[in-house]
Amino acid sequence: MTRTISAPVADDVLPTGADGTVKRRGRSKWRVFALTVGALAFLFPFYYMIVGSLQARSDSSLLGALPMPGNLSLGNYREINAAIHLGRSLLNSVIFTAGVVLGTLVFGVLAGYALARLKFRGRGTLFAAVLLLQVVPFQLLVIPLYVQIVRGYGLADSYVGMILPFAINSVAVFVFRQFFLQLPVELFEAARIDGASELRVLRSVALPLVRPALLTATLLTFIGPWNEFLWPFLVTKQAGKQPLAVSLANYISTVAAAATNPYGAILAGACVLAGPAVLLFIAFQRYFVSSDLGSGVKG
Amino acid sequence: MKTRVLGRQPVGLLLSAPYAVFVAAVFAYPLGLAVWISFHKYIFTAPGVSVPRPFVGLDNYTAVLTDPAVRRSFLNILIFLLINVPLTVGLSLLLATALNAAIPFRTFFRVSFYVPYVTASVAVVGVWLFLFGSGGLVNQVLGGAAPDPSWLINGIWAMPSIAFYVTWKQLGFFILLYLAALQNVPKELYESAAVDGASRWRSFRSVTVPGVRPATTLVTLLAIITGANLFTEPYLLTNGGGPSGKSASPVLLMYQRGIEQGHPDIASAIGVLLVVAVLLIAGVQRLLERRQA
Repeated sequence: MTRTISAPVADDVLPTGADGTVKRRGRSKWRVFALTVGALAFLFPFYYMIVGSLQARSDSSLLGALPMPGNLSLGNYREINAAIHLGRSLLNSVIFTAGVVLGTLVFGVLAGYALARLKFRGRGTLFAAVLLLQVVPFQLLVIPLYVQIVRGYGLADSYVGMILPFAINSVAVFVFRQFFLQLPVELFEAARIDGASELRVLRSVALPLVRPALLTATLLTFIGPWNEFLWPFLVTKQAGKQPLAVSLANYISTVAAAATNPYGAILAGACVLAGPAVLLFIAFQRYFVSSDLGSGVKG
Repeated sequence: MKTRVLGRQPVGLLLSAPYAVFVAAVFAYPLGLAVWISFHKYIFTAPGVSVPRPFVGLDNYTAVLTDPAVRRSFLNILIFLLINVPLTVGLSLLLATALNAAIPFRTFFRVSFYVPYVTASVAVVGVWLFLFGSGGLVNQVLGGAAPDPSWLINGIWAMPSIAFYVTWKQLGFFILLYLAALQNVPKELYESAAVDGASRWRSFRSVTVPGVRPATTLVTLLAIITGANLFTEPYLLTNGGGPSGKSASPVLLMYQRGIEQGHPDIASAIGVLLVVAVLLIAGVQRLLERRQA
């Protein structure tokens, strides 16, 4: 399919002359072409986000896609900072995300370990719940959770209210259980024979062995609350308590029209929101690989 | 004696107790509450205030099903899924296959495909508004071929635009799933296909596609669930499901009816119907797949 149109373009775009590839050039040509087209489509909007955020005057012409020295400024960042107080919003995002990640890791590891390695009454029932909950869609829970948490417990505009529905993640419990199941049984038995308590076995034997997997789980958990919009949007009405995703969304839907360069200010906010997640992901990208996730998914 | 009743390692109960309590309080109870609310007349009150909440049978469901806006939102999701699911499955399998080989700049390609997935939709929506606006870059390139009115405010193009956006945004995650699945396709099958003189397209169709079928089922299911959850995009990208509800999603209507207009009973009924619809679609898809296999 792609083969027929790939031939002339691939060589211009990518230097495929590197030694290993010369031999397999014909084979890998269509791959490199498909991947290059894909990568351009995936990265261009991010490039455009950065360029647009630095334009003093919004320029959507073709030439506007290039950074023009005369039209560059940090004014958009000042504008969005004045409108939604970036520092405060970022701090809220950090607290919300940290709470969710901490809860997911601590309670997820405890429950995952118990389900994988301990025999106790009710284990089968609990594991059935873990599996069942993965298919309960969040949208059905939005209204009752709002009724319960915001109206019932009065937790509107609080971090607890924001964090509560995400404090433990059933997918994480399931994945941690898989991690612990993959460790050899003999390790646990040896530690128990040496007289270690169950908590000590978990802390000194099991946890150090699954450390890389924990890092992957942390990364995957991080992007959930950092990017989450619907729930914190429902819980927080005070601007001072809103995470950045919520305050930026409110800016887009209501305030932007009044700004001198609305797109510029939106894109500046977008860069601040996207930055931490993208940088963290690039820095740790080798932990974000299919095999780790696959071991969780394959079951 | 006590340890026997609670199992061999009763400390397991202690370790899993927080999770069990959480499941009961944040999943089981609200799930029941959602169904209960949908059969009663329910209004918001201040904490602690009690008001009568009479049983109204199927009234909320009748109201929802006769509401043209709600019906339109379900049609919109169907349009969304018809575009999003085939595109997602096709493109992510194609790119995962291309990525699953010794190619130059492999890490660079891998990272660039995942970047949209790890970025907040609220952030990326900003660029798409800029790109697909009336005078935006996309229309500048298309010139006379650009739709009028522009993509996101065009009744015909608004929903497909959202479907394309979500495909693009989520593709990295599905590529990841397919990459994991491709590791399980036996290499010998490709070798024997090559010996039999099969073209690359042929061996893709006869070895790769059947080899990753379980992953395809998972990808399809997850794409359907993601689609049913659609909220941020119609809320921001098409400014509240515009133009005139042509891109509204059921979850957006749940928000508008339930929280903006204060009818949680109506919103819960939409939620229950949405979940039933998703289960039906997923069931039909499973049946079709089993017949194919």
